[in-house]
Amino acid sequence: MNKGVAITGMGIISAIGNTIEENFISLVNNKMAITTIENISTVHSNAIKVGEIKKSNDQLAGELQLSPDNNFSRTAMLGAIAAKQAIRNAGISSINEYKTGLISATSVGGMDMTEKKHNEFFENEAALKYIDSYDSGDVAHKIANELGLEGMVTTVSTACSSAANAIMLGARMIKSGKLDRVIVGGTDALTKFTINGFKTLMILSDGYNMPFDNDRKGLNLGEAAAYLVLESDEVVRKENKKVLARVSGYGNANDAFHQTASSENGDGAFLAMQKAFQVADLKPEQIDYINVHGTATPNNDLSEGRAIVRIFGDDKAPDFSSTKPFTGHTLAAAAAIEAVYSVLAIQNNVVFPNLNFKTPMEEFNLVPQTTLKHKNIEHVLSNSFGFGGNCSTLIFSKSE
Amino acid sequence: MSKTYINGLGCISAQKTFDTVFLEEAELNENDNVLTLKVPVYKDFIAPMAIRRMAKGVKNGIVAAALAMKEANITNVDAIITGTGLGCIEDSDKFLKAILDNKEEFLTPTAFIQSTHNTVGAQIALGLGCKGYNFTYVNGAVSFESSLLDAKMQIDDNEASSILIGGIDEMNDYTASLFKRAGFIKKDNEVPYQVLNATTKGAVYGEGATFFVLESEKNESTYAEVLDVEIWNKMDVDQLEAKMNSFLKSNGLEIADIDAVVFGYNGDVEYDCYYDNLATTAFINVPQVYYKHLSGEYYTASAFGLWLGAKIIKTQQIPAIVEVNAVEKSAYKNILLYNQYKGIDHSFTLISK
Repeated sequence: MNKGVAITGMGIISAIGNTIEENFISLVNNKMAITTIENISTVHSNAIKVGEIKKSNDQLAGELQLSPDNNFSRTAMLGAIAAKQAIRNAGISSINEYKTGLISATSVGGMDMTEKKHNEFFENEAALKYIDSYDSGDVAHKIANELGLEGMVTTVSTACSSAANAIMLGARMIKSGKLDRVIVGGTDALTKFTINGFKTLMILSDGYNMPFDNDRKGLNLGEAAAYLVLESDEVVRKENKKVLARVSGYGNANDAFHQTASSENGDGAFLAMQKAFQVADLKPEQIDYINVHGTATPNNDLSEGRAIVRIFGDDKAPDFSSTKPFTGHTLAAAAAIEAVYSVLAIQNNVVFPNLNFKTPMEEFNLVPQTTLKHKNIEHVLSNSFGFGGNCSTLIFSKSE
Repeated sequence: MSKTYINGLGCISAQKTFDTVFLEEAELNENDNVLTLKVPVYKDFIAPMAIRRMAKGVKNGIVAAALAMKEANITNVDAIITGTGLGCIEDSDKFLKAILDNKEEFLTPTAFIQSTHNTVGAQIALGLGCKGYNFTYVNGAVSFESSLLDAKMQIDDNEASSILIGGIDEMNDYTASLFKRAGFIKKDNEVPYQVLNATTKGAVYGEGATFFVLESEKNESTYAEVLDVEIWNKMDVDQLEAKMNSFLKSNGLEIADIDAVVFGYNGDVEYDCYYDNLATTAFINVPQVYYKHLSGEYYTASAFGLWLGAKIIKTQQIPAIVEVNAVEKSAYKNILLYNQYKGIDHSFTLISK
């Protein structure tokens, strides 16, 4: 296998916890956080459940010690909180000491503030400061400023696979020597925009999402942010850094089937996994756990399941689970929080449970792991798929 | 390590940049603060049903991509990488307005489906049946340069041999009115809108779609080689020259090797000092070129700048309408592009014959 790129720090804020430790405790104690929405007033509040971070914007701004006239979106605040944690976790005190970059991901960027202020833009001068967030890069710039980072900053937006692609680009930039260190991940806040968008597509569940269940009814939206610090082996050696795990494989492919639906045979997902195995120089039988995309929409789980059967063979899929029953589907942040969960699985040698599962799907013999399982975990495969047929796979491996 | 060549261009802009030689019909418009697009004949490229459904940016992206691929004489690519600052702003606004006006009732999904930033890249992939790598970058004025950097890394490392990249941004009446109010677009009563030696804040905006076919092999359709691209989130004016010099140095070049420099001047009195800083010292004896008076400012206008640079290298001439100074060179081998927007999202791009 290929050695992969070192992960030396992580940070996360999600509905199931404000720190890495809190997230882990929730995952091993079946503590899901799918609830009625509180921070956004929507006519759908009785018809949907969400994975919401129970902190107001004022509380988040307070934690970041932002000035009262700041123009941070909730997306930017969540991102800054998670990225700061990651930097601390990696023991970085002088951010620009090495050639450092930030590659962030978001789906709707500052939409949370835009939709709140939209009707004020022409009446209220004070609302105008939020027009800066029409540029999705505003989120990454704000995070970079909070970190004091001067270097390459960019943002990936490929819908629900965005953060996987940010991690992929970061790993490639370390490998190619273009950067010595890069902070990668994604952030997305809940918005009326996405709630209503998914609602019109009729893929929101009115209850709790049930990935890979025959009777699944759709997804719960969520909000979260997570960032990882990737560092070159030279920096790791020089600074005597502890390596949490490694990004050993990655692949992106396009389903080229439909703007919002996945193909029945999961061509894009199949190709993404295949590429990731090539990059990692690993074989499917070496994977100990798959953190599936598993949104619990009828279409995703069928397409992803078929692709898994094609890659791993009938009845040969390793233990797999979707962690979305815990957190909801956090869109552009999903692959970042699931990257953190994949690293936690490797560090703690556990498979997290796929909650809410009862009945296997009739199309194939794939049954997720429904209880916490302890076993040695060397390699975790994590899938993320987005609108536009965007399919991404990451493989995380234990560091020697 | 393979080299990266620009083998095809497609450009939809406020100027006639398709079915033309090189800006011979360009028109300088200093009376409008939002430049209108020279619209291509969509039905030559897209099915009539789809034309009605698709937003302007998606259509322009598809046409520009098709033009670039036709020039490069290829029918498919290994990867598609796009950059966009505002994304599908028209459909995003339409869906948001429907949510707010109708109090979250009676919504249809079409505008939402097409509002994601990667719609253009996805629609091109669908049209081509391209199952390869498909990324979209959305980071202000480096959205396009991020695509270029990603593509170049893949060709460097032999991960791909042909890649379609492009920058796309839309403008519409609502966004323009908002940007005027926020001061991003120059005020209505400040004509003439000069880009050079401007005295007012903000910029004249535009929109466009500019695509490039990048390949690892040089051929008869080659415009130029892409040597390098570098991105900085921010820097002070007084750091600029040192950063530019070290970028050139890392490519084994110095200022004397640069035959022309393409600046992203947009007529914003607050931020054009970055370009002035290089124009009046380091590059005073080098031919200087600008383009946003023709394209308008938009987050991916720098793709129009690269289109211009590639054309200069291929034709070995600089059209008078884009000249900043009167310096000329007998040959144009190495061209440096520098762009920033509002003092952030700086990029250096180096191309060569």
